[in-house]
Amino acid sequence: MLKHKVVEKNSILMLVLVLIVVSIGGLIEIAPLFYLESTIEKVKGMRPYSPLELAGRDIYIREGCYNCHSQMVRPLRDESERYGHYSLAAESMYDHPFQWGSKRTGPDLARVGGRYSDEWHVTHMNNPRDVVPESVMPGYPFLAKTQLEISNITGNLETNSLVGVPYTEDMIANAELDLRIQVDPEADEIDAFMERYPKAQVRDFDGNPAMLSELDALIAYLQMMGTLVDFTSYDVDANKR
Amino acid sequence: MNLLWLAFTIVGVLTGVLLSAKAVDPNMMLHGMMFTLASILSAFALIARHYRNASAPSLASENGSVNYNTEILKAGVIASAFWGIAGFAVGLVIALQLAFPALNFDLPWTNFGRLRPLHTSAVIFAFGGNILIMTSFHVVQRTCRARLAGDIAPWFVFWGYQLFIVLAATGYLLGVTQSKEYAEPEWYVDIWLTLVWVVYLLVFLATLWRRQEKHIYVANWFYLAFIVTIAMLHVVNNLSVPVSFAGVKSYSLFAGVQSALTQWWYGHNAVGFFLTAGFLGIMYYYIPKRVNRPVYSYRLSIIHFWSLIFLYIWAGPHHLHYTALPDWAQTLGMTFSVMLWMPSWGGMINGLMTLSGAWDKLRTDPVVRFLVTSVAFYGMSTFEGPLMSIKAVNALSHYTDWTIGHVHSGALGWVAYISFGALYFMVPVLWKRKSLYSDALVNLHFWISTVGILLYITAMWVSGILQGLMWRAYDAFGFLEYSFSETVEAMHPFYVIRALGGLLFLIGALIMIYNLWRTARGDVREKEAGKLVPNLEYAGAR
Amino acid sequence: MSKEVEKDDVTGTETTGHEWDGIKELDTPMPRWWLWTMYGTIIWSIGYWIVMPAWPLVSSYTEGFLGYSSRGALEQELEEANEAQAGDRAALVTTELEDIKNNDQLYQFALRGGKSAFAVNCSQCHGSGAAGAPGFPNLNDDDWLWGGSVDQIYETIKYGIRSDHDDTRIGEMPAFLTNEMLDRSQINDVTEYVLSLSDTREDKEAVARGEVVFQENCASCHGENAKGNREFGAPNLTDAIWFYGKDKDVILRTISRGRNNVMPAWVDRLDDATIRQLALYVHSLGGGE
Ligand code: HEC
Ligand code: HEC
Ligand code: HEC
Ligand code: HEM
Ligand code: HEM
Ligand SMILES: [Ca+2]
Ligand SMILES: [Ca+2]
Ligand SMILES: [Cu+2]
Repeated sequence: MLKHKVVEKNSILMLVLVLIVVSIGGLIEIAPLFYLESTIEKVKGMRPYSPLELAGRDIYIREGCYNCHSQMVRPLRDESERYGHYSLAAESMYDHPFQWGSKRTGPDLARVGGRYSDEWHVTHMNNPRDVVPESVMPGYPFLAKTQLEISNITGNLETNSLVGVPYTEDMIANAELDLRIQVDPEADEIDAFMERYPKAQVRDFDGNPAMLSELDALIAYLQMMGTLVDFTSYDVDANKR
Repeated sequence: MNLLWLAFTIVGVLTGVLLSAKAVDPNMMLHGMMFTLASILSAFALIARHYRNASAPSLASENGSVNYNTEILKAGVIASAFWGIAGFAVGLVIALQLAFPALNFDLPWTNFGRLRPLHTSAVIFAFGGNILIMTSFHVVQRTCRARLAGDIAPWFVFWGYQLFIVLAATGYLLGVTQSKEYAEPEWYVDIWLTLVWVVYLLVFLATLWRRQEKHIYVANWFYLAFIVTIAMLHVVNNLSVPVSFAGVKSYSLFAGVQSALTQWWYGHNAVGFFLTAGFLGIMYYYIPKRVNRPVYSYRLSIIHFWSLIFLYIWAGPHHLHYTALPDWAQTLGMTFSVMLWMPSWGGMINGLMTLSGAWDKLRTDPVVRFLVTSVAFYGMSTFEGPLMSIKAVNALSHYTDWTIGHVHSGALGWVAYISFGALYFMVPVLWKRKSLYSDALVNLHFWISTVGILLYITAMWVSGILQGLMWRAYDAFGFLEYSFSETVEAMHPFYVIRALGGLLFLIGALIMIYNLWRTARGDVREKEAGKLVPNLEYAGAR
Repeated sequence: MSKEVEKDDVTGTETTGHEWDGIKELDTPMPRWWLWTMYGTIIWSIGYWIVMPAWPLVSSYTEGFLGYSSRGALEQELEEANEAQAGDRAALVTTELEDIKNNDQLYQFALRGGKSAFAVNCSQCHGSGAAGAPGFPNLNDDDWLWGGSVDQIYETIKYGIRSDHDDTRIGEMPAFLTNEMLDRSQINDVTEYVLSLSDTREDKEAVARGEVVFQENCASCHGENAKGNREFGAPNLTDAIWFYGKDKDVILRTISRGRNNVMPAWVDRLDDATIRQLALYVHSLGGGE
């Protein structure tokens, strides 16, 4: 107690001590996540988002879907039976930033890909109560009517690669093209696209082939969610941590 | 000095013009223009100020007492009151949207996903932030017996902070967000806040350096810890790379699990340092001042201060229990949260026990009732918090309305109540009135809003636990019992009750605004003349 | 410490001798219970660290003596849950669907499981009460697009309709306007005709013209009497049960732009026992043939 006088009389000393005291916990908890090998599981199938999926994810962020939806199935019995296999750290390793969420006003979306049809999503996003009468989710009718902004996609991929997403030069160079052809199964370049983004789903998502809408991008993102990792090759015992 | 600031405004104008001229998206163009406008207005204000009073205000008044800077405090009071009402009103709107989804109007800028961050930022940063800046400027001056450092700098902090709020809020409505809870503003708004915050720290520190008391008062320890730690958290958590220097979009530096823990290291300590340490600073001045009693225990102050700030930092992983965050980190988050219980209660004890010998003030002074109830709510939510940090409990509570109930018992009960107490204290002091306009209205505010809080948090406890139990309910054969939409349906009555609670809380706050406005005008409610609790003793300058 | 020790009158406790803006501090010792509770939480935490994964090291972390991991715990819990149901599940997979109904205990198990799996996986499209929504069929009525026997329902659920599975059910309602097979007036006529099959219409001439159009273009799928054909999933148009809606606008849109709603295949998401439970449950809903 007596010694504390010293600190009470010297604002700079107090400031420095405070800084030291508040740095310790964060350093010890966060730094190991960057160097411990066990943090991110080794799995097959993860790839960066295709340009259309990335555009959809940006819309997901813009509309604040994370305020109501988690993307994190916890290793609990009811969740694995309701939503599917628990989420792995590897599954969000290209998410800048993560979208795990903290509130489930709506259900978890980590494995929503393939669970519903595109038509369902189109109807649901337009007015959720058309398919789920009990829903409290807002309607997003404007997404189907808004043309998707394409010009920024190359920059978005480049920036992602700057922060560590393994986009190749090829992917960046073809970003705009890839974005367009993912909604056009007839396009000639589909094979090259599929090679860049294995398991990507190619079709018109919003039921309106005449337009590449924001809804196309959002549904493309939703439909790939949780579908990438090949769980047949996932080693359960190696990844307890 | 004036010239230097003027130069800054010119840099501001140039930056704003550059951003809007080169803008790659309409949102950046708008924000560039807003920035330009703000810089031009500041330039005019500086010039006008120059011609109005050439010399800087003196540090001491003629009779030798300190010439406190009270103008900045008045501005702070008005801003806090304004943003408080705005934030509560948006809270009411989103509460109603969850009960009646038609209120989303199916428009981009009115949907829940965009309004929710508007609410959280408006109440925490706009309302809470203005209260913190204002009270810290008041407390540091009075407890150092020194005029606030800087002449223009405090005004830069004030207006710079308002600009931050407006940029953030308009951004949310337009869909400009980083999606990091409580840190949603995009990179350029983050940079602007960093600048404002550094000046805030300097003003605060420089005022400490001017102090005429040997020791730094405990309230200032908390304010100081709040300011520097928030600076650290804000900078690290917001590290990101913008796509273009003239576009709003950026991608966070961290991804996935690292991004998650960095975010909740930030998020939990936004609670710990913004909503707790800062507001404990308020408690340590306004309670002893209002009840006119010494602080209960100096030793407790020391121990709980250092243990609180040390332990808080570790607790972030309790927001990530059972996620893909490794188990070891979850253990640390849980155990440190439990160890945080007593350090938190140290603050509560010091606040409540300061009343020993003056408990009758709870009856006679309705403002004391706000201050003391807030400390009780603080004690309650810092008991509930460690409880919810226990993994078995969190498995149930996480993702549900229980969290929302916990948040609002802290936010409404602790943060807003102590703020109301401080506002009721400040207005008569600043506008040099003998008393508030009406103590009866303070009382009415207290009871209406207390009923509101109780409706809010009990509704959320019930709905949260119900939701958690329904999600995991199994029938006799071992099959899941409910669909998700059945759980959504079950929440409806509680969402209506919560909205009702929010409405009462908002009405209470409006009563306060009326009372404070009449007070500032110098009115005294006739019926109560002579019976009002006098404020003069607090205002007395030494 | 300041020399002249001042005492607080009310509590009799010493103050620290400082004063800020009139505020003094008492030198009250820390409450015992408070200190001891804090020590208690610390000791408890240390104990917890010893038995649970806790501290990060250079290349690993302390795993704790209990060998706990949340993923491992889940595995064990699922195993126990599966074990409890193992007998019934095995019986479900090996018994013919029709025969399950004769085994009362097994049938009850299947219905409960089906109800649960329906709530979790199907209610979003077919409604909480399985009454459907526009574009998503009602499963309570006796109107089946693809057949209402348990085996047919099982097949539908397993492989879906127009899903991405190779064995999916396929059938297309063409887009007659988009593909320029019919013009607007023809479509109007045939719509009048379709409506006339379940309702009285005023424009008898359009109905008559529409009948011709129908026989030429639609009968191949929906049948000459418009009673539908399950081979293509073409609905019965005479029963006033509408899958997309009864309004003329909706029917005009169906014929002009076609319809091809998708029912996902569940074979890759749910195990066979669960799909069987679902088939039995859906079949029991009231319309099962
Ligand atoms: C107000 C909260 C809220 C917001 C905001 C919200 N949702 Fe929802 N969402 C819900 C609720 C409640 C449900 C469950 C009822 C239903 O299916 O509509 C749901 C269901 C869903 C589902 C179906 C999930 C499933 O497995 O059944 C999807 C997909 C979805 N939302 C996507 C989105 C997207 C994309 C956004 C943002 C553009 C969004 N939601 C915004 C509340 C919300
Ligand atoms: C994405 C939405 C969706 C989901 C989820 C879904 N269905 Fe369907 N289901 C449909 C649609 C659309 C049809 C009608 C397809 C058509 O146009 O013929 C259908 C048709 C059916 C049919 C055939 C009805 C008939 O008249 O022949 C059955 C049986 C059925 N679903 C059962 C289920 C079950 C059981 C589940 C859950 C495991 C389920 N469905 C999940 C959309 C869905
Ligand atoms: C190639 C087969 C085929 C032909 C030809 C065809 N239909 Fe269909 N029709 C279908 C199928 C399959 C569906 C169900 C669509 C679905 O499941 O989404 C359907 C659905 C409909 C519906 C919706 C029924 C409801 O319950 O909402 C109407 C109305 C309809 N058809 C009318 C017509 C008319 C009129 C024509 C001719 C102009 C026609 N169809 C020609 C296969 C056909
Ligand atoms: C009239 C008063 C208020 C009402 C009606 C209200 C209502 C709401 C609602 C409806 C939500 C969203 C909950 C959800 O997503 O399910 C919310 C979230 C939140 N509110 Fe309030 N609120 C009010 C006041 C406040 C105040 C004063 C504060 C802080 C000082 C506050 C802080 C928060 C926070 C931090 C969240 C986010 C919680 C989380 O993410 O877990 N609120 N509020
Ligand atoms: C000892 C002190 C406290 C502890 C250990 C604690 C613990 C917790 C826990 C476990 C959660 C739930 C996390 C989850 O499941 O998602 C939570 C959420 C929250 N708490 Fe506390 N709490 C404490 C005090 C407070 C106080 C005083 C406030 C003041 C307002 C507060 C505000 C919040 C907020 C805003 C959230 C919501 C975060 C989000 O998900 O958006 N907490 N807290
Ligand atoms: Ca399209
Ligand atoms: Ca930010
Ligand atoms: Cu926390």
